Amino acid sequence: MTDIASPTVRISARPASATRDIGIKRRYAAERRFRAYGIGAISLGLFFLALLLWTVVSNGYTAFQQTTITLPIEFTEKVIDPKGERATDGKVLMTANYPLLVREALIKQLGIDASKRPQVKQATDMVSASSRTLLRDIVVADPSVIGKTIPVTLLAEANVDSAFKGQIDLNVEESKRKVKDQQVTWMNELASAGVLKKSFNTGIFTFGASSRPEAAGVGVAALGSLFMMLIVLVLSLPIGVAASIYLEEFAPKNRLTDLIEVNINNLAAVPSIVYGLLGLAVFINFAGMPRSAAVVGGLVLTLMTLPTIIIATRAALKAVPPSIRSAALGLGASKMQTIFHHVLPLAMPGILTGTIIGLAHALGETAPLLLIGMVAFVVDYPGSPMEPSTALPVQIYMWANEAERAFVERTSGAIIILLIFLVVMNLGAILLRRRFERRW
Amino acid sequence: MNIMSEAAVEKALDQKMNTVPYKMIGKDVSVYYGEKRALFDVNLNIRENTVTALIGPSGCGKSTFLRTLNRMNDTIENCRVTGKITLDEDDIYDPAIDVVELRARVGMVFQKPNPFPKSIFDNVAYGPRIHGLARTKAEFDEVVETSLHKAGLWNEVKDRLHEPGTGLSGGQQQRLCIARAVAVSPEVILMDEPCSALDPIATAKVEELIHELRTNFTIVIVTHSMQQAARVSQRTAMFHLGNLVEENDTDKMFTNPDDQRTQDYIMGRFG
Repeated sequence: MTDIASPTVRISARPASATRDIGIKRRYAAERRFRAYGIGAISLGLFFLALLLWTVVSNGYTAFQQTTITLPIEFTEKVIDPKGERATDGKVLMTANYPLLVREALIKQLGIDASKRPQVKQATDMVSASSRTLLRDIVVADPSVIGKTIPVTLLAEANVDSAFKGQIDLNVEESKRKVKDQQVTWMNELASAGVLKKSFNTGIFTFGASSRPEAAGVGVAALGSLFMMLIVLVLSLPIGVAASIYLEEFAPKNRLTDLIEVNINNLAAVPSIVYGLLGLAVFINFAGMPRSAAVVGGLVLTLMTLPTIIIATRAALKAVPPSIRSAALGLGASKMQTIFHHVLPLAMPGILTGTIIGLAHALGETAPLLLIGMVAFVVDYPGSPMEPSTALPVQIYMWANEAERAFVERTSGAIIILLIFLVVMNLGAILLRRRFERRW
Repeated sequence: MNIMSEAAVEKALDQKMNTVPYKMIGKDVSVYYGEKRALFDVNLNIRENTVTALIGPSGCGKSTFLRTLNRMNDTIENCRVTGKITLDEDDIYDPAIDVVELRARVGMVFQKPNPFPKSIFDNVAYGPRIHGLARTKAEFDEVVETSLHKAGLWNEVKDRLHEPGTGLSGGQQQRLCIARAVAVSPEVILMDEPCSALDPIATAKVEELIHELRTNFTIVIVTHSMQQAARVSQRTAMFHLGNLVEENDTDKMFTNPDDQRTQDYIMGRFG
């Protein structure tokens, strides 16, 4: 009763201890120091992240623009089909001398004397050699254009492209640079005439590998990556989830399952190139699957992703409160019903997050793909996962080995595309988690 | 005067009690967790349509005994049960007995309210759904409504059956769990400290509910509260260190127990 009635008395009755020293100041100082370390570590991380993004974006954003030259091309029959055999011989249209059309259009546009061969050569060098296939495709698709004059937008050659984007120092002595003074003059002339201009580069998304930067793109590599991601998703999600459910809910806890658990954790840390060797030995050498094919890449990446998914799924299953299991079991649900009606739905956000992060990891993986021959020069879109293809990170790796200025920006451009994919996938993981996360 | 008459009523009930048949019979029940023995040859019979309270200090084995009655101990690794427990005439540890069927006959309510993170309707309908007790929408509606009525929750939730059960208050959640157990039409309902996470008002409601449920179900309740045992039960069993110390009519147990340990525990001398 006195305790309640006179709290003030109790406080004042407490002996004032002069000798007690718990080091308040030191404790606060230690906390401040620790906070400073933390802020320092985060700032350092943010600084390098910003540096990385800045470098990549500042190098790469120009890759999304391409200089084009729009010329009125006269599809003269004399050049394309001098003998008039196109109705009977299909090869005529395929093998015609299309660059000649470009040359003539350029001569007309620039007003060059056709007999001055060096000058003509310099002019035709300004247009990408990929024009041959471009014009051929137009004619093959619609032979009725022969004899007509149509404005066609051609890709500028990579060096002209770089020069027009201001990436080549024109003050350097002419003989030491790839773009000659005459070409620069023409370039400016064409630009002021509105014939030569920069436009959005759709080619980088659609083209395949090419030794000419202006005609190179990540389209084929992206399709290869897509095939692999589908294979990884279709295989690793069910296998991983089934393995996790068995290990977490059904398997007896004994030495063997402990050993399996330790091994799964270790497998997640195995260098990815080892999985490449495994894939090479098992899928290509033993099973005789095709080299450079997305199916092998997908299988290898599945093996690599499985431990990640199993670990994430087991953690998600463990996080489901045991009271939910008891509730279902207490109602007479079987173990299967308990897991599939209650535990798995509650664990789903965690499982999906783990899966997407695993997929994102697999999407950015390069080393194992190099070993199974996916580092290939693939020009055409693969029709199926069994056909040769390459992957986004491998395409970046290959472009990074090229010397031209235009490949430098494309390397960064491809990195930007890959990063966008990864950010989108991670955002998806976060959204899924937010959307389905239940509280209890 | 009032007290006198109540005591008289209780006494009349108690005398009738001895004639009530047994619903479950536990004979020489022992439970081992690995090497550790948690229950020592417990002989305890549960009377039909009676509330039997299991009391005793923490770790005395009362929850363990409760969980042997619907074989929830099966879910614990290394747990071994010996002895014999029958429900009506069936040995529930007989390999021929299906544990799923047993748990449909012996329902359970847990210490912490544990509704599924689903709607109130789905919480109650889950049991009937997996046991095939209802098939059409109308049947489900009916079983959900009657179960919620029995749990005294219908009036509070009838307008929000499709809202999540986890959004209810603690006491309502616990009554939802009782409704969920009742929906399967069990014969016995086991309650493991059903009010320990509830405030006094919610506790009073659940106790009242237990009182009403007694007419249709046999109830076994584990509780740490002497008052609760005295209020809700007709029979009380006292456990200590894995042994059954005494089992008696609640009234006698709290006024004139046979065993000194029971007296000491009820008086608060240990525990």
